Amino acid sequence: MSDAPTGHPRGEPEEGPILEGQTEGSAEPEGAPHRVIGTPPPAQSRMLLAETAAGTADGQPAVRERELPADPQDMDDAKRAERIVAACFLLAMLAGIAFIAAYVIFEPHSPTRVLHSNLALGLTMGLTFLLLGAGATIWVRRLMPDVELTEMRHPLRSDEADREAFVETFNEGADASQFVKRPILRRTLIAATVPVAVAPVVLLRDLGPLPRTKLDHTVWRPGLRLLNYGANTPIRPGDFSSPGGMISVVPEGYQDNFNALAKAACIIIKFAPGQAVYTPQSHPVDGFTVQNWTVDNIVCYSKICTHVGCPAALYEQTTHHILCPCHQSTFDAARGAQVIFGPATRALPQLPMTVDAEGYLVARSDFTEPVGPSFWERGNSS
Amino acid sequence: MTARRRHPLAGYAVVLTGLLLAGVGYAVVTGVGAASASAPAITASAQLSAGRQLFVENCQSCHGDFGQGNPSVPAPSLIGVGAAAVDFQVSTGRMPCKELEAECTRKPVSLNTQQIHALAAYIESLGGGPQIPSAAQVSQIGANAGFGQQLFVADCAQCHNFDGAGGALTYGKYAPPLTKSTPTQIFEAMLTGPEAMPVFNDTTITPQEKRDIIAYIVQTRQEPNPGGFSLGRVGPVTEGLVAFLGLLLFMVFSAMWITAKHRKTPNE
Repeated sequence: MSDAPTGHPRGEPEEGPILEGQTEGSAEPEGAPHRVIGTPPPAQSRMLLAETAAGTADGQPAVRERELPADPQDMDDAKRAERIVAACFLLAMLAGIAFIAAYVIFEPHSPTRVLHSNLALGLTMGLTFLLLGAGATIWVRRLMPDVELTEMRHPLRSDEADREAFVETFNEGADASQFVKRPILRRTLIAATVPVAVAPVVLLRDLGPLPRTKLDHTVWRPGLRLLNYGANTPIRPGDFSSPGGMISVVPEGYQDNFNALAKAACIIIKFAPGQAVYTPQSHPVDGFTVQNWTVDNIVCYSKICTHVGCPAALYEQTTHHILCPCHQSTFDAARGAQVIFGPATRALPQLPMTVDAEGYLVARSDFTEPVGPSFWERGNSS
Repeated sequence: MTARRRHPLAGYAVVLTGLLLAGVGYAVVTGVGAASASAPAITASAQLSAGRQLFVENCQSCHGDFGQGNPSVPAPSLIGVGAAAVDFQVSTGRMPCKELEAECTRKPVSLNTQQIHALAAYIESLGGGPQIPSAAQVSQIGANAGFGQQLFVADCAQCHNFDGAGGALTYGKYAPPLTKSTPTQIFEAMLTGPEAMPVFNDTTITPQEKRDIIAYIVQTRQEPNPGGFSLGRVGPVTEGLVAFLGLLLFMVFSAMWITAKHRKTPNE
């Protein structure tokens, strides 16, 4: 045991216990450069636990009494625990081998094989970690001592000598780098980093473009045919003739354009004569009213719920309710799709319809109000 | 004989006889036209009277003496609903309805197939309506289940769920699961729109498209359930909930086990 402070970096406190290995291992030759900035100072002690002050004055470590017992109290119990832990670890090893085996055996050639493969891989890997964890926990609980240890809290501030050394080293480094002496280097370096710093602000543009009036209209336009969604065939009122009928419709040419369909999807409903009560005064637009937006008791409503935009298409032909499955907003299809229950506040917009020269259902215009949920710029206009 | 052969009508008689022979021969060989044309004719009146008898026993108390309906029950008129509606309602056990609820539920059937057909024939005689589909009309042979899925997603999935697990509607009504429905029943339901279900007539969803939809529904039942449990096959919400609650419980117990008090050391 040597306590010679030879070769210790400047500022190293001389007192304190010095372990043998450390003193010799970290000994630096005379004249060595100062410690490199950013590296931790050489540890004064490898001891995790707080030392008692006694016995350190002369640099000798205290011969302290053992805090952790070497052996568990009940050796028989420890033996049993040892076997259990070892068994857990062995099983974990086997499960790990099984994982590799499962990877080799279950080659996912078909959907069913993929299911088997996933199940086998997941089970074996899960078991491996579970058994490892369980073994470790049992080890800690039954073999390791249960002792409360206290580590003293020390001030975070470095001591004066360290702080002075840091300032000195820093200034030396700054001088040596010529950063202060050569302003052109300094300024061009700063100039080079400015665009990089500004770049994230510029990238915010990708959040746009602003929607502008995009939310106010859909792809529906006068004369655009309604297609029976799925089969994608145009519809004649004479074919869609059974009262109580309801189908999803999409604008012709946009049946695969999901961005367009997100706003333009509709349902059409066929009523028996006299079933639907129209309220012409509620939507007077350009001289024609809700009443002549329908064709032969067929009504077309937006499929997009006015609450938060879920597809509201659960139509009950007995009650004429259109239910939205997300938050149970319920609309009365026989009365202009007014809200009769739930969080929606506006009726489903109605698409004005007519028939074209060949007798197929077509849109008379776009929706006369924005479809779907409310938004700031929507206002109260209809 | 020679004189008759020269009769002005002889030519017509020969042609007529030939046509008759060809027609009867064709009918005998194929066996289709003959059976369907003659069988109901023989039993039609007996079937109708049997159907009338069954109607009086099972349906009349609510639907009225001649199926005109009774708004105070409320029981709808059966005039014009057709054989398909009767077959659907009775063969799924929904009718006769035990008690009036938001929805008549599927339950064990009280009549046999022959009786149901007799009852259906009687109701049909009141005012026509959609027919019970033939076996060929609901056959999945040659049906396109992939196209059926497109149609199912467009017009059925909103209520019945994407694999036919069913779902809730307003005021206690619900769209039933399609797990037990026979192809005939699915066809009839689309055609007639039972309870709150909309009608999908043959000019909106063609019979071929109906077969495709049926093929999709039937084929989906065979799909494996990842993880081994179907959890009602109502989608990721239940699966996520079960995984969340199950794993949460497991982690709580693990945490309790790991931190529980353990052995005392001698020097404590």
